[in-house]
Order: sequence, then structure tokens, then C-alpha cells
Amino acid sequence: MKHLNHGIAALTVTAFASLAWGADAQGTLRIGMTAADIPLTTGQTDQGGEGMRFIGYTLYEPLVSWDLLSADRPSELTPGLATEWSVNEDDQTVWTFRIREGVTFHDGSPFTAETAVWNFDKLLDESSEQYDSRQSAQGRSRIPTIESYRAIDDYTLEITTTEPDATLPYQLSWILMSSQAQWEALDRDWERFAQEPSGTGPWRMEAFVPRERAELVPFEEYWDAERVPQLDKMILIPLPEPNARSAALLSGQVDWIEAPAPDTIPAMEGNGFVISSNTYPHNWTWHLSRLEGSPWNDINVRKAANLAIDREGMGALLGGLMVPAEGFLPPSSNWFGAPEFEVRYDPEAAKELLAEAGYGPDNRLSVKALISPSGSGQMLPLPMNEYIQQNLAAIGIDVEFSVVEWNQMINLWRAGAGDPAVEGAESINFSYFVQDPFTGLIRHLSCDLIAPDGTNWGHYCDPEMQALFEEIRTTFDPEAQNEVLRRTHEKYVNDALFLMVTHDVAPRALSPRVEGYVQAQNWFQNFSSITMTE
Amino acid sequence: MFVYFLRRLILVLPVAFGVSVICFMLVQIAPGDPLTAIMPVDATAEQQAEMRAAYGLDKPLPVQYVVWVGNLIQGDMGRSIATGRPVAGEVFGAVQNSLLLAVTAALIAFPIGVLLGFVAGYFRDTILDRIVTAISIAGVSVPNYWLGIVLVIIFSVNLGWLPSMGAGPGGSQDWSWDWVHVRHLILPAVTLAVVPIGIVARTVRALAGDILSMDFVTALYAKGMSRGDVLRHVARNAAATALSVMGLQLGYLLGGSILIETVFNWPGSGYLLSNAIFQRDLPLLQGTILVLALFFVAMNLVVDVAQAAIDPRIQRN
Repeated sequence: MKHLNHGIAALTVTAFASLAWGADAQGTLRIGMTAADIPLTTGQTDQGGEGMRFIGYTLYEPLVSWDLLSADRPSELTPGLATEWSVNEDDQTVWTFRIREGVTFHDGSPFTAETAVWNFDKLLDESSEQYDSRQSAQGRSRIPTIESYRAIDDYTLEITTTEPDATLPYQLSWILMSSQAQWEALDRDWERFAQEPSGTGPWRMEAFVPRERAELVPFEEYWDAERVPQLDKMILIPLPEPNARSAALLSGQVDWIEAPAPDTIPAMEGNGFVISSNTYPHNWTWHLSRLEGSPWNDINVRKAANLAIDREGMGALLGGLMVPAEGFLPPSSNWFGAPEFEVRYDPEAAKELLAEAGYGPDNRLSVKALISPSGSGQMLPLPMNEYIQQNLAAIGIDVEFSVVEWNQMINLWRAGAGDPAVEGAESINFSYFVQDPFTGLIRHLSCDLIAPDGTNWGHYCDPEMQALFEEIRTTFDPEAQNEVLRRTHEKYVNDALFLMVTHDVAPRALSPRVEGYVQAQNWFQNFSSITMTE
Repeated sequence: MFVYFLRRLILVLPVAFGVSVICFMLVQIAPGDPLTAIMPVDATAEQQAEMRAAYGLDKPLPVQYVVWVGNLIQGDMGRSIATGRPVAGEVFGAVQNSLLLAVTAALIAFPIGVLLGFVAGYFRDTILDRIVTAISIAGVSVPNYWLGIVLVIIFSVNLGWLPSMGAGPGGSQDWSWDWVHVRHLILPAVTLAVVPIGIVARTVRALAGDILSMDFVTALYAKGMSRGDVLRHVARNAAATALSVMGLQLGYLLGGSILIETVFNWPGSGYLLSNAIFQRDLPLLQGTILVLALFFVAMNLVVDVAQAAIDPRIQRN
């Protein structure tokens, strides 16, 4: 397939001059997504970050949202359907949210605290009429500590957690609010609601053909006049095959594609297309087994492996579309801190550390790693892992790969290093969202989330780290919490707890007709500022 | 004839049963988990277990099979795990789109294949025969997804004449036989037609060549029959076998177009199947494979009956 990509690139470089643009009306933006289907449209989306980006944060809104207006700083939480929130000083399990007044759903019904309660029941209360197992499957695990909730009045919501949990506002940025009135008007049928969804977001859905397209138009009554979309229409088209996506853009059938194949990018740029990219909270790493007998238990081995990776060289392999890792989180993260261990390319220092661990030319270390040929956020996993294999071999670490398909890879990630299914692999290459304290740090190393109870794949458990996680959860002042998060990340790096390799930059290829797009440092994006020129 | 038809129809039943067992078991063999598509990776083991029970995936396989077949008999193919939509609606909508593509490809491929094969067979061992043979070998040998990509580069990207993907500007539900939609059909149908052109041409060439060398053809000429009338007899004799090959090819066109439908983003059964495989969407996978397999069985039945109608010797045997 790689050769085919090269073929496309080579042919299009010379031939694109004759391209005829599509004849769609000005103001319509057509986007080729990587998803194979339109994400779930009832509120809580599926299809991971892409689902939230294109259906979640367009049609719907959470109580606490992300600021998506700036490209030059990491996104932070911002008021969404709640204008402010606070935790009870006497009982830190009780939170009060002030609901934004004057917000209406696309069907005209008002958003109130009662509607928020109805939405939590939709996900958490199996006895409620509106309980939807599909939305619950997506949303429930995002809000693990919510115990109860009630409307104090129309615009005051109270949420109680099972234990003090200062990460609640981050968790709530996942939870999207559907219209109770619309659901009732559609015979209380989520399947019908999927066809005629109603949220409070800046876009409303005008047409929907499953697996083929969704057409969104501006919601003129959106509460924030500045964020009413400027386009006439935005059409979402599932185009999972990378070559089909590139061809659709090059032939003018779409104006924007997600994740263009890296080897088609020079051809696209050479012909006037714009490649937009930006750092964002994504991580591409190797998780390391910490079970008894794993060679990764030795900090010298972990540090040696981290010093063996030539990340700049890997950048050339990826056409520069990556951010070399300097830690576990991207260097631009608010929570990066100032780790003492410098993640750099230094093979000589790596060999010395490996020698201290007892390995050398006469006693090479062998490890087994699980990798996948493709997958969500995996960039180009096969060549990247082969590159790592060569780098590690150069210092005396021989890597044997076990290649598994992405769906099975997710299962092995959930199963953990101790599961027989991983067949003794001491490492697993995975990529994911690191946007909030839980997904960014806690879930990977918390003692209570050791697989299969969570995604602590390597069975790591350290009292000092656990204390830091506890401090994150009990530090309610946002700036003080950021400071704890920095210290946590410093420990991640100083102890070299992962093979820290790279971060994706979310490349997307845009027609030169697309104007006004600001690529936020976030998995979700704002489409309201975009216009199309002739 | 009716007895023959009835006998063939009855034979379909054990085949359909076998197909249902294979469909069900095949999709269970592949590693992976259908819940991956509908739950975040952070879902706890308890939440996964709850969801597994909700979809009946916690039951032993024989029980799952019996429940599935029981529902099938009542006309319920279940719901897609990944989308929550009824499998029947998903599969029949996609099969309709694939039929559109397959029948168009067949309409392109069969006349061209028959014509080329007949010409090559009639002018056997001449330069014309060698040209047709080369064309048919190329048709069979060229990977059609590669050809599809090349056609997209030429006709969509470079020339801008034809669209590279989709089933129309408003999606497949708005399909109509006007240029705006038909232009979406051309590239995938032509790409899909290449393999059956080669296969049909090679089959017809061999048949025509063999029949033309038979004694009865010499006898027909000796009787003073015109060349046209003789060829009509030859065609009639070749028809049964050619029809059988074309019937099977139509089945392949419907079920075997996964790569073409993926390259052209054509919302057919191949595209559906490919997505269902990646998502381990077991009900959708089972439903799609079953419908395609039963279509294949039905095509065989139709071909067998048609062969018997054309060539009474088959019925006697």
C-alpha cells in the first residue's frame, strides 16, 4: 500500500494542474473523516476523539467545555452549559454548578438543571425510561465518581461524588446534553432521535445518511452569537481508506481531509493545498511491563532505551509531522514541569547505562513488543517501530515484534501484561488521548487500575506515585492542581516509566478555499470561524 | 422440469443450514472483541461484562447460535453492535447498492467477454486470438483495486471528468438514473468489470474453439448451412457452460467487491463487510455474510435451472 501511496503522490505532482474544482455553493465545507461511519448522533458519541470532534462538540455541548479558540497555547477548560462551578468547602464530594440561562436546544426547548439531571439518568440510571445503553457505554466510564445529582432550581445543579474528586470538571467535558423535549416528541425512541438529533451546539443536523454523510447547518439561535457558524453548511463524509480520502480531496469532492497519508503531503502542498497541523495532547509510546522478571524493572534499562531513540531521524520518516518526545506529555503541555532526566538521543550514554544493568555486546538483552499495523492515532506504526527496533539493536537491545490487528491490540491493552493472551510480551506500543488528568496520567499507573480493572497495562504500582494521584484528586484549586500534575509528570519522566517516543500533530489537508480555521491544541475543534472563498 | 427444480430447491436447505453454521463460526474464530467499537478503552472490566451480557455475548456459542437462528427464522437479523441499527436494514440497503454496481459491471463485462471470447475462438491461433488472450489474461491478472486507484488518478484527479468516490452527491438514498448519479457508477463498475471480462472471454474462447472443431459443425457446413446459422448452433451449445460461468461471476461481483467498494467509497455490501470485520461487529458480519452466501446459493440454483432449460441433457443426467 505504501508503494501505491508513492504512486499517487508521484502522479499527482505532475498532473494536478488540470484539476477542476467542484461546483458546490460557496459556504459549504465538505470534510472527509477517517471514521467508517457517521459517529453516534444521539448525544454521547462513539468513534473516539473524531466522534466528539465532528458530532459531539458540533451538535451538542457539555457543562464544562474546552477553549478551542486559540492555536498557540494548550486548551484549557472553559464554561460550557455551566457558567461557574464550585465544590462545597465542608464536604468536598458536593459540587454546585450554575447553569447558563437562555440556552435552548435546536428544537426550541430550554436547557435547565432538570434537563441536565435527565441526561445523567440517560447514562447512569438503568431504571430510567431514557436510559440508553449505547450512550451509557460511551459515557459511563468517563464519570466514574458521580454518585448522585439533583436540580436545586432551574439553574442550579448539584452533583455528589463518591469521594473527593477534583478532576470532575475534566470528566464532565465528555458528557454531552441531549434534548429531553425532542426525545419525547419522537415517541421516546433513541433510534428516531438519531435521525433527528437535538442538542444545544452551534450546529444542527439537517440530513443524515448512515455510513455516507451528515449535513450540519448553523443553529442561528445559538447562545454565543460570536460562535454562530459562518458557513452555510458543513458536510461530514466517512472516508476510512487513506487513498480514497486523498483522491477525494485532489479531485475536489471534499474540501478537507483528516490524516492525509504522509507520502501524499508533498504532492498536496505542491499543488496549493494547505496542510494544517499543531501539537495537541496525543501520545505515541511503549508501555512497559513491570511484572516480576521483566527487564524493564531496571531503571537503567528504561533510561538506556529512551536515550537510544533518534527522534529527529524518525521525524524525517514522518515528513516532519510529529513532535519528538521530551517526556510523556507533549513539551507544550501545561503539566510538563521540569524533569531532570533529559529525553534525548545519546547512544553512548545509553550503552553505558545498559552496561550498568549488566547487558552488553556479549550479553544482549531481548524483549518482546506488541505492535499493530495500523490503528487510531497510530501514525505509521510499522516503519516507526522498525526504526525503534534498529535504534535499540544499536545499543544491545534486540526486539521481537508480535504484530496484532488494532481491534485485538485494544483488547490486549485492556488485558494487561499479565494476561496469557499477550504471550509474554514485555512491551506494547499504544497511542491515545492525554488531554485531562485521568487520560493523561492517572489511568496508566494507578494501583487500582491495574489491568484488567483499568488500563495500567504494565501492573506498575508505586506508593509515591499513588500519593501524587491522590493529591491530584484532592487539590481543588486549578492552579495548585496543575502544580501537582507537573510534579507527577516529572516523576513519569525522571523514572523513565515508558519508552517516550513522539506525539502526533493532527495533520489535516485543506483546500485553499478554506479560510479562518484555527487549529486548537485539542482533540476537538471549533468550526464556527471557517468560511469558504470562491 | 418441475421435479428437477423442486429437487434442486430442496437441496438448497441443507446448503443454507451449512452456510449459517459456517457464517456464525467463522466470525467467532477471528481474535478481537465487538465491544471495542462501542466502549472507550478505559471502560472497566465490570462495565465490559455488563455490556457483554446485554448483547448476549456471555452465553456459550451453541446457545448464541440457536438464538441467532431462532431470530433469523422470525425474520429478525438482530442489531449491529457498532451502530445499534437493525442488521436487516443495513444489509439489504448495502446489497441493493452492490447489486446496482454488480449488475452494471456484469452488463459491461458479459457482452464484451462473450464477444472477445467468440472472436478469439473463431479465429483461433491467429494474431486476433493472441490479442484477445493477452487482454483476458491481463484482465484476470491485474489487481483490480490497483486499477481502480489508477483510474481515479487519471479520470478524477487529473482530468476531473468523473467523481472518485460515493454513490451520488446526496448519498445512495437519492439514487436516480441521471448523469449526476450515473457518473459516480462509471469508474467502480468499469474497474469491477475487468476480471469477469477476462474470465468470460477465456471460457467462451475455449468453448467456441472446441465446439467449432466438432464433427457436427462440419456436418452442418456439409449440409450447406450458412456461417451465421452454424454460429448460432455453436452459440447454443456453448451457452449452458458460459451461463454457468457468468452466474458464478455475478455472485463474485456482488460479494467479492470489498476492495473496489473501499477504494471508491461505494456504500455496498463489500464496504459494509469490511467495516464490520474491522469493528468485529458480529451480528452485522454474520448477517452480511449470510445474505451474500445465500445470494450465491440462489444464483447457483437459477443457473442450474437455466442450464437445464437450455440443455435438456443436464436434466436427464
